[in-house]
Amino acid sequence: MQTLTQRLANPTRFMELSASVLPWVVAASAAVIGYGLYLSFFVAPPDYLQGETARIMFIHVPCAWLSMAVYAIIAASSFGLLVFRHPLADVSAKAAVPLGAAFTFLALVTGSLWGRPTWGTYWVWDARLTSVLILFFLYLGLMALRSSIEDESLASKLTAILALVGIVMLPIIKFSVDFGNTLHQPASVIRVGGPTIDQALLTPLLVMAIGFTLMFLAMHLKAMRNEILHRRVRSLQLAEVERAQAAQLAAAE
Amino acid sequence: MDFGIDLGPHASFIISAYAVVTVVVAGLITWLILDGREQERRLADLAARGVKRRSATRT
Repeated sequence: MQTLTQRLANPTRFMELSASVLPWVVAASAAVIGYGLYLSFFVAPPDYLQGETARIMFIHVPCAWLSMAVYAIIAASSFGLLVFRHPLADVSAKAAVPLGAAFTFLALVTGSLWGRPTWGTYWVWDARLTSVLILFFLYLGLMALRSSIEDESLASKLTAILALVGIVMLPIIKFSVDFGNTLHQPASVIRVGGPTIDQALLTPLLVMAIGFTLMFLAMHLKAMRNEILHRRVRSLQLAEVERAQAAQLAAAE
Repeated sequence: MDFGIDLGPHASFIISAYAVVTVVVAGLITWLILDGREQERRLADLAARGVKRRSATRT
């Protein structure tokens, strides 16, 4: 009996399954984000210290969580490519990189826009902000490395190795607020002892986090589908060229 | 922009943050949809020229 992973290893089967799942994930993410926005603006009270600017948290934190979660998915996919040679592992990793870069960019920009009224500055070179900026550059590096190598098999392997090396950034980012001086607040949701954030703010934050995660899932499925189609186009174009060359040779003989 | 609520003296920062997220997410969605359509169009062009996947030829 095949495991789910083995069944999904077939790109054709993945295309069939994702085609039926994708509309539901899109609808669920739209509904959850819509509800989250309603909670964020019309139900959640202003923070007792930061006032209305704390509402930036409802988009900043989901983007920041996704910036790390997407990288973990890329690293896991890279492991799947290098160790198990899973046919969809490289498709998954390649599809997730631009999405992860976008969410990391959004985490940086929204954090900066939150920092100005809260800290009095858009940017400081402290451990948290700098390590997330390095993560963003790592995403750009993964894209640049892949596009700079013509041999696609080699590009996949080298990108996977870089992605696995880069996973060291995740614990550095996570614990960057615990060592060294930083303006960034320590973890207030995922921490030992439970969240320190008030329930009135925690609920919209979690709803938005679920909505953004569903949105990423929908984007990732779509990006994987696009990448599979892209690979099919490329292999057919190669087959067409080879067929034309063979016909030319046959005509010459 | 008026959300029907008073966002206080730092409203421009809040609105800017949500606007940036909206623009980037909309850009990603547009790119994904257009890229998918482009690949499907290319596959259809190849199929019209008689270039098909082996599995497609069988069915």
